[in-house]
Amino acid sequence: MSTQTEPPETDDETESTPEAEAEPEPRSPGDRRRAEKAAREAEREREEAEAEPDLGEDAVTLKVFRYDPEVEEKAEPRFDTFRVPFEKGMTVLDALIDARDTYDSSLTFRHSCRQAVCGSDALFINGRQRLGCQTQIADLDDDVVRVEPLPHQDVVKDLVVDMEHFYDQMEAVEPYFQTDETPDDELEEQHQSPENREKIKMSTRCIWCGACTSSCNIAADDNEYLGPAAINKAYRFAMDEREGEGMKEHRMELIEQENGVWRCQTQFSCTNVCPKDIPLTEHIQELKREAVKSNLKFW
Amino acid sequence: MREYDVIVVGAGGAGLRAAIAAQEAGADVAMVTKLHPVRSHTGAAEGGINAALREGDDWRDHAYDTMKGSDYLGDAPAVEALTRESPKETIQLENWGMAFSRDEDGQVSQRPFGGLSFPRTTYAGAETGHHMLHTMYEQVVKRGIEVYDEWYVTRLAVTDEEEPEERDCEGVVAYDIKRGEIEGFRARDGVILATGGLGQVYDHTTNAIANTGDGVAMAYRAGVPIEDMEMIQFHPTTLPSTGVLISEGVRGEGGILYNSEGERFMFEGGYANNEGELASRDVVARAELNEVNNGRGIEDEYVHLDMRHLGEDRILDRLENILHLAEDFEGVDGLEEPMPVKPGQHYAMGGVETDEWGATCVGGLYAVGECACASVHGANRLGGNALPELAVFGARAGRHAAGDVDEASEITTGWSEDSEEGENVSPVALGEADLPSSGKGALADGGRQSPSGDSDPAVDAQGAEGVVEHAVQAERTRVHYLLEKEEGVNHAEVRSELQETMTENVNVFREEGALKDALEEIREARKEYQHVTVEDPSRTYNTDLIHTIETRNLLDVAEAITVGALARDEFRGAHWRKEHQERKDDEWLKHTMLSWNDGSPGLWYKPVVLEGEAKTYEPKERSY
Ligand SMILES: Cc1cc2nc3c(=O)[nH]c(=O)nc-3n(C[C@H](O)[C@H](O)[C@H](O)COP(=O)(O)OP(=O)(O)OC[C@H]3O[C@@H](n4cnc5c(N)ncnc54)[C@H](O)[C@@H]3O)c2cc1C
Ligand code: SF4
Ligand code: FES
Repeated sequence: MSTQTEPPETDDETESTPEAEAEPEPRSPGDRRRAEKAAREAEREREEAEAEPDLGEDAVTLKVFRYDPEVEEKAEPRFDTFRVPFEKGMTVLDALIDARDTYDSSLTFRHSCRQAVCGSDALFINGRQRLGCQTQIADLDDDVVRVEPLPHQDVVKDLVVDMEHFYDQMEAVEPYFQTDETPDDELEEQHQSPENREKIKMSTRCIWCGACTSSCNIAADDNEYLGPAAINKAYRFAMDEREGEGMKEHRMELIEQENGVWRCQTQFSCTNVCPKDIPLTEHIQELKREAVKSNLKFW
Repeated sequence: MREYDVIVVGAGGAGLRAAIAAQEAGADVAMVTKLHPVRSHTGAAEGGINAALREGDDWRDHAYDTMKGSDYLGDAPAVEALTRESPKETIQLENWGMAFSRDEDGQVSQRPFGGLSFPRTTYAGAETGHHMLHTMYEQVVKRGIEVYDEWYVTRLAVTDEEEPEERDCEGVVAYDIKRGEIEGFRARDGVILATGGLGQVYDHTTNAIANTGDGVAMAYRAGVPIEDMEMIQFHPTTLPSTGVLISEGVRGEGGILYNSEGERFMFEGGYANNEGELASRDVVARAELNEVNNGRGIEDEYVHLDMRHLGEDRILDRLENILHLAEDFEGVDGLEEPMPVKPGQHYAMGGVETDEWGATCVGGLYAVGECACASVHGANRLGGNALPELAVFGARAGRHAAGDVDEASEITTGWSEDSEEGENVSPVALGEADLPSSGKGALADGGRQSPSGDSDPAVDAQGAEGVVEHAVQAERTRVHYLLEKEEGVNHAEVRSELQETMTENVNVFREEGALKDALEEIREARKEYQHVTVEDPSRTYNTDLIHTIETRNLLDVAEAITVGALARDEFRGAHWRKEHQERKDDEWLKHTMLSWNDGSPGLWYKPVVLEGEAKTYEPKERSY
């Protein structure tokens, strides 16, 4: 069938009937629509006002950390409370956006994809590192949603933390593919077995949100420690069979350094908070084992 | 002022690839991006990258499919560049270590996608974009390319000649989000815009909140024509509550669409007797809405997409990410139940007019990726064709800006001999609304060198530096105005009104009255925007200010989409018009162009280029 057929009438409501057309209509369609909209809005406001007393049932209470070094009233850190109407399926990010757009446009936080792929809204929500966009309010046990910036990172403003150190640690592990032999022909692939791809699969999922590093006690005390995200990144390349043995040795040397894998005390906090379910602790343990093996071979 | 050979604005797939190519061609490159590169929306792409890699496939077939998919509104030289170079770019990514899904023999896997005559969609699970974005960023780190992340570009610094074709882009003005300082960036050789999509014009979209069409709006105001803006793709499978995308990969692997009566309507309803669920996106999106509008939707809103029969192993192997998305954002277990889906805004086929090297008619200004219109997607983009576009045109523009290309282009840019004047279609004046005061206030962001009233006489720098300095000055004035203004409207109010209007009136199904209503309402929103105010007085990380400037860009973009939709009185690809139910090849084998002209936008047309190197693409009926 051709695609150029007319779908059956779909817009009956907006189509005026002949009778309606015959009637004098002084206002433009835009005016009419706006008037209708204003009426709808007034209606909604009335309903909302009426509903006010039991907002308790259908509202979320957000307690949000506030701090802005530049603004006098906010230079002392404090918590602000917002009450926003609850909707089914609402996430913590939705609630924050609602609070910002409705009550206080200075409320500051990072966000973009709202689907757990950009990693920008890792926050400390009810005492745990989570992505705001991935956290359903209904899934939180408390009546109050407490939102703070990621711990152990400098706060720039409100919920925004400084990520520079995190990025530096990521870059310290040479987070890019390196191989001795590249194909001459621009159309030639470097084959990788499905098993090897499977092996590195989980490690490639990292979205650089920083939740893991923020949850790690060791990283908190020791600025030099590479931290779980960077080590996971190192794992991703060290385990990729396409890089070759020589490169793997170089990578193992990086990871075995003083500030590398040996600092990890297997507390699993990183693994517990990772929104991408990356088995971070397992990867770190595996690298430790590899390190022992390669040293044995070396001697 | 900071100075580089090439400045890339935006660090998604297109920007990263452009930066790498420019640097390889010897240029000193900087990237300026409002989000850290790995936060770019390319990371959300799921399905895959089309490339004719295998025996039995040929780039010419890919070109043919793309031209047909575009409903003959694509320009053949650009389409052929895309399909010819996609294999090379895809393997380049593989050579950079990208973790593609693999066949048993270790080769990269490919799968079928809508509108393709060969299963040529190369993928990495259902998170292809994530892998592509990270792989490219890794290469940028490796090469030590300078990245200014969380710097928001607010304006292009363009010379003041009367005709856009005579202007030059000398650099950009950017706002350092963390410190709140406005600075100039001078580009000796070229500025490459790679600012991505504009989905925030609608309220139900697969796009990120940061996809606000900044590049399109800035180039437009600097005098560069914008092309085929009415061509908005609505993806047939988005989750109803959030707009989160369920990849076409699900249908590619064999997922089935059902209506509330349990009918497999793509076949049973006769929408696409041959291809069924794998017909092209516009066809499937209309079919779904049709079912819903005729009472066969579920909860009057959506249809079901079922993948249970594919089996757990296959789903986990190729579509695992989809399970997480359905679970996290809709509370549905895709292994146990069908997923609810409905159409949502997804992709802008139109954008900044460029040739097949990404160059615009303004000297030294390029655009690539979703913000650009080369035009490879015409009236309908095939799934899996945007990611290769980022790589192919990113690389081409990077090389060209760095001066490494001496081939002429076949696609013309700017007003030329075969351009044709358009008639005014809008019931209201377009562009700037009356200004609140003698200063240009919130609207003071034309793209050319600022009018003398705006600039500080203390800034007397001459030449290219002067152009950048003046632009910096104009931006400082605007930001100062926005921050100082006392009482007013919050941008969020204007933004949500705009999104509602667009969703109501300029959606999948379009009709004249509604389009005119939309233009009137956009006009109202413009007037309201003049009273916009930024409440947050802080310089540190002032997102209130950023969102306010973005909203201005959304206004311009929304208007352009609607004007194009009203002008094009035919049915082509994604553009369906109630009053015009046929493709009118005699009249409409041409692009709609809109030029800002210092605030009084004008509509004009330029012909489609159907003649390619491989063949001339004769328009045929598009059936699937
Ligand atoms: C959910 C989803 C799934 C998709 N799946 C596929 C698929 O499977 N296959 C396919 O081919 N295509 C797919 N697409 C389309 C494709 O992913 C996009 O078109 C493409 O990634 C856009 O890339 P880009 O580089 O142009 O923009 P983006 O990746 O959006 O990057 C834009 C960049 O510009 C920056 N920026 C924007 N404005 C400014 C400013 N004012 N100042 C400074 N910086 C700025 C941002 O920070 C960002 O770095 C999908 C799209 C979506 C939304
Ligand atoms: S490993 Fe997980 S928690 Fe850590 S940065 Fe990556 S995605 Fe976030
Ligand atoms: S907004 Fe992107 S991860 Fe939450």
